[in-house]
Amino acid sequence: MTHAGLVPAESPSLSPGPISGPKPANLGDILERVLDKGIVIAGDIRVNLLDIELLTIKLRLVIASLDTASQVGINWWKADPWLSADAANGSDQRALEEENRQLRSRVKALEARSRDDG
Amino acid sequence: MTANRGWVWMYGVTGEPPGAFADGAAGVGGVPPRTITAAGLTAVVGDVGDGEYGEAALRRNLEDLDWLARTARAHHAILEAAAERGPVVPMRLATLFTSDAGVTGTLRDRAEDFRKALSLIGARSEWGVKAYAVKPADPAGAPGRPAAGPDGQATGPGAAYLQRRRAQLTASKDASSEAMASARTVYAELSRFAVSSRLYPPQAPDLAGQQAPMVLNAAYLVADERAGEFATAIDDLIATHRFVQLTLTGPWPAYSFVGEGDGSGPR
Repeated sequence: MTHAGLVPAESPSLSPGPISGPKPANLGDILERVLDKGIVIAGDIRVNLLDIELLTIKLRLVIASLDTASQVGINWWKADPWLSADAANGSDQRALEEENRQLRSRVKALEARSRDDG
Repeated sequence: MTANRGWVWMYGVTGEPPGAFADGAAGVGGVPPRTITAAGLTAVVGDVGDGEYGEAALRRNLEDLDWLARTARAHHAILEAAAERGPVVPMRLATLFTSDAGVTGTLRDRAEDFRKALSLIGARSEWGVKAYAVKPADPAGAPGRPAAGPDGQATGPGAAYLQRRRAQLTASKDASSEAMASARTVYAELSRFAVSSRLYPPQAPDLAGQQAPMVLNAAYLVADERAGEFATAIDDLIATHRFVQLTLTGPWPAYSFVGEGDGSGPR
């Protein structure tokens, strides 16, 4: 899955024509879509993914990336009011940061716990 | 049928029945999908057992990365197969019903939402575009060789190291801000070809399978007749933005463009 240089290894042939894509898709791409996107309807089973607070992989997917992003200063998509409705409002921004901070400490605790278990 | 024997896993909703799935199109739990039609809509579903997909089991299993990966891939594979034949509204992972009646009821109750979503994504596809910051080449000035002083004596490995390190830091800071500027431009440029676009948080390097930091993770809903233009635009951007590496994925079932609360971007 690693590729170097400017030629995108996962890119389909970049020429106009019938649409055909590369497969299989990377797991991160699939997870962020099936866990976070897609239409949400109330099924008969009450396991709403959002209710599963300890959904480890989801936390890793989202929080770890936010963490990495802020560490290297790559959070323009969060701060740019033109791109992010949340960023347009300073207090929302602070609320997000606070939430992020809390989630991060929970992830740390969880990881410590899972290390103990393992 | 008792409620606890098994569950009906819902993958997505199409307008026309998608037709028979290819042999060996194993869905979640290794079970091939089937369809349920009501209200002029077709749900693509599969039958799964209570032992693995019941409420308690599901909570446990969703925490298990291997199980989750397997299940997510199976869910996605069926949606992808359906999307090849026509628009499909993807359900979020683990949308489960006790019986076909629950699915039928949902198709009827939410018919208008499904139809609206189907008309939005018809003849359009989702494409993913990611950009990674590319590390700059080592700064000029023979790295690793200490500079010699006037008396022929090296200025010392310590000083040389600091000098080199300073140059590296400056170069990497410039590259990083340039990469971010590029990401912004790329996002905006490509939006011109799309009906709609979404930003995801950058993925962690582990999941992205890439060590370079991701500076852009976006999804675009592009009309199929503009897919060629979109790809060409990416080609052009690759040529002009040297601090980022761009990758294109897709076409995806339109996961990112069917949910409620559209336009909110990453949560």
